[in-house]
Amino acid sequence: MAPVLDAKIPAGRLQDKWDNYKNSIKLVNPANKRKHTILVVGTGLAGGSAAATLAELGYNVKAFTILDSARRAHSIAAQGGINAAKNYPNDGDTIWRLFYDTIKGGDYRSREANVYRLAQVSNNIIDQCVAQGVPFAREYGGLLANRSFGGAQVERTFYARGQTGQQLLLGAYAAMSRQVAKGKIQMHTRSEMLDLVVIDGRARGIITRNLVTGEIERHLGDAVLLCTGGYGNVYYLSTNAKNCNVTAAWRAYRRGAYFGNPCFTQIHPTCIPVSGEYQSKLTLMSESLRNDGRVWVPKQPGDSRRPTEIPEEERDYFLERRYPSFGNLVPRDVASRNSKYVCDEGRGVGETQLAVYLDFADSIQRLGRNVIEERYGNLFEMYERITGENPYQVPMRIYPAVHYTMGGLWVDYELQSTIPGLFVLGEANFSDHGGNRLGASALMQGLADGYFVIPYSLGHYIAGSRIEAASTAHDAFEAAESEARGRIQKLLTIKGNRTVTEFHRDLGRIMWDNVGMSRTADGLRIAVDEIAALRDQFWQDVFVPGEPTTYNKNLEFAGRVADFLELGELMARDALIREESCGGHFREEFQSEDGEALRNDKDFTFVSAWQHNPDDIRKPTMHKEPLAFENVELTTRSYK
Amino acid sequence: MAHSMRINLKIWRQAGPDAPGRFETYAVEEANPHMSFLELLDVLNEQLIKEGKEPVEFDHDCREGICGSCGLVVNGVAHGPQKRTAVCQLHMRHYGDGDTIVVEPWRATAFPLIRDLVVDRSAFDRIMAAGGYVSVSTGNAPDANAVLISKVDAELAMDYASCIGCGASVAACPNASASLFTAAKVAQFAHLPQGHPERRRRVRSMVETMEAEGFGDCSNHAECEAVCPKGISISAIATMRREYMKAVLSGSD
Repeated sequence: MAPVLDAKIPAGRLQDKWDNYKNSIKLVNPANKRKHTILVVGTGLAGGSAAATLAELGYNVKAFTILDSARRAHSIAAQGGINAAKNYPNDGDTIWRLFYDTIKGGDYRSREANVYRLAQVSNNIIDQCVAQGVPFAREYGGLLANRSFGGAQVERTFYARGQTGQQLLLGAYAAMSRQVAKGKIQMHTRSEMLDLVVIDGRARGIITRNLVTGEIERHLGDAVLLCTGGYGNVYYLSTNAKNCNVTAAWRAYRRGAYFGNPCFTQIHPTCIPVSGEYQSKLTLMSESLRNDGRVWVPKQPGDSRRPTEIPEEERDYFLERRYPSFGNLVPRDVASRNSKYVCDEGRGVGETQLAVYLDFADSIQRLGRNVIEERYGNLFEMYERITGENPYQVPMRIYPAVHYTMGGLWVDYELQSTIPGLFVLGEANFSDHGGNRLGASALMQGLADGYFVIPYSLGHYIAGSRIEAASTAHDAFEAAESEARGRIQKLLTIKGNRTVTEFHRDLGRIMWDNVGMSRTADGLRIAVDEIAALRDQFWQDVFVPGEPTTYNKNLEFAGRVADFLELGELMARDALIREESCGGHFREEFQSEDGEALRNDKDFTFVSAWQHNPDDIRKPTMHKEPLAFENVELTTRSYK
Repeated sequence: MAHSMRINLKIWRQAGPDAPGRFETYAVEEANPHMSFLELLDVLNEQLIKEGKEPVEFDHDCREGICGSCGLVVNGVAHGPQKRTAVCQLHMRHYGDGDTIVVEPWRATAFPLIRDLVVDRSAFDRIMAAGGYVSVSTGNAPDANAVLISKVDAELAMDYASCIGCGASVAACPNASASLFTAAKVAQFAHLPQGHPERRRRVRSMVETMEAEGFGDCSNHAECEAVCPKGISISAIATMRREYMKAVLSGSD
């Protein structure tokens, strides 16, 4: 019998819910905290902030990262900034407005109470980070600087050059380092979680593989926190780092945690296009470029002239044409989809014809090269480093790429999954961004979860639960370890004909073509079957070189691709049942006459939460968590 | 499409820390000027796997120059020939058809080799744990604008804070010193009011840990600055020395 999906939203007015929650929870006595061990998997913004904060409170923390240092988690690559409702610029910002913009930006597919809490704690995050010595940008007077970002009419974004994620992560890493020195955090680097151990219905441990020696280890705890990021690499090519993967979350799903809204992915419009088959990842260019760049393609399909030879009247500035009021600044999903359409029409540019121009010629003429250089110099430099072209002279070529996954393991208000004692933080959970995430809000969510939410909800769980004594000799550990070993053994003994990368690339193609920017029921049905077939092929024909007992990158990747091959099918199923267009999920059958997204609030104002079926992975059960909007009115996003 | 080229590679292979190492020679026939250096290694590895050989192991992650995972000595230069560029953002257009490229791991006593081009840089984490932080537990922070910091200081702190911890400075230093890495963190905090009360303890502890980890001394070669993908200035080391002297002379914590 499936547990009932209870989001555990506290009573009271929206503005009072978080306080009411904090007032009502059980606390753990300081002397008792040290009797509890918490396993934190992942050391990015969510995991790093959680590990440090819990250790400061007195818990014993074991932290795990697949990388060689906690400081390398992919949060480090976030460029733009972090939102907070400080209202330092006095331009009318409030907690309510940050909440409202975030929930609207998510196309009304997130929970009001969670998003409101996120906005409430946003200010504490900035205070905390500044106190840690994060060098945010400042004004000459010595106060913090703010800038504007997509989806908002106020300046509420704090930033550290184009390296905000790096600086925030190093802040959390420093806080962790302090606890490592105190012995409160035991750090396990190059250590990959291969399974979750559930004892008497509670998450009590994990099985890990030491990525240097291949040793399989058992770790027991009183609770497990998954802070393992997103699953964008299911598309093979994405802006995610190469090691980003779904394995920890997927193993938890297979142990009974529900997966929420898996089809909600964000495709970012301004990335450097693919240049060839060898392409291993995609590089994002900050969307701030669209403030001064004009997006265009030739009017004529197959026009192979150089961009500077195409006269003005033969260019189609398609975003300005279709969306006169927002122009080049339409939200990410709209910009991405329209770029795809013009390329589908044969009007794409560059060698692969899968790109559109982002042209700064007008801005350079109007403002002068020095102004453009001041604003975007580092981005132009990066573009030239990668493409060998000078964007001051020729237009940039850009194309959309998978960037972020709004979906993730389902959690309640306490960030607890459907497995008691398993908490999920940051991008790994589904919670706060609905169908589409606004810029500068991922960093906010990761740190909110880790610094300011989990210390309360975890304490409440520990204090209010009877967590029985257990040991790593328990049958559940035995079984999970033997399954993990079995999988590794199997991967190494297939000795087929195709490499892990070849399978991954094939999966990526199916996903991008059918579960990408624009989806149809037919395409999704094809994807469901093709992925299942590819999965069967993988388990018969993959070739994984090397040994299980050494550093072996191919073996690591093989396990992750195996899990992506299961996740991809679930994403396609989820996209298939969601018969509406909302946020990053666009179904071609559900659009207005002029091609805009048609949301269906009557039938689809819910979170889909998928439950694994141990008897047949191809027959998961979908549960619905209805979303109630008591404080905001559901409106249609229009950018015309 | 861009013309393809043949690239010859001489790569350091070593099965483990105690195994003997050697250079192996390989060729990638269809290298493309647009591919990155790590993508060249990807192509080589696919080729090796197909030939039934063991692929070359190397650390990598973000491939956009910010995570600090990758680190290769390319033709004798840490991160290769392009200034202020991590090897993941080095592209093959800087090479020509028929070129031979020698690829080695970071070599330093304090960075024991794990396999092929992968080394253990955990000594960096231990230096950070020795004091690379401000002691402020979550919840203790005053309002973010309560303390003014001049734009000049904030920018300087940011220059130093942009260190990605890749280890190139150690690999390039004739003494395998970690001075630039350690100093970048010390100098970041030296320019900020946060953490001021613990600055003496911080610099002493970090410098002593650096020495205990087996890194050499700095003798002003400035090779570190030359290879740093973030262009961190050796002025950080001067700041660290000043901070250290002040801390030692003051005698107290």
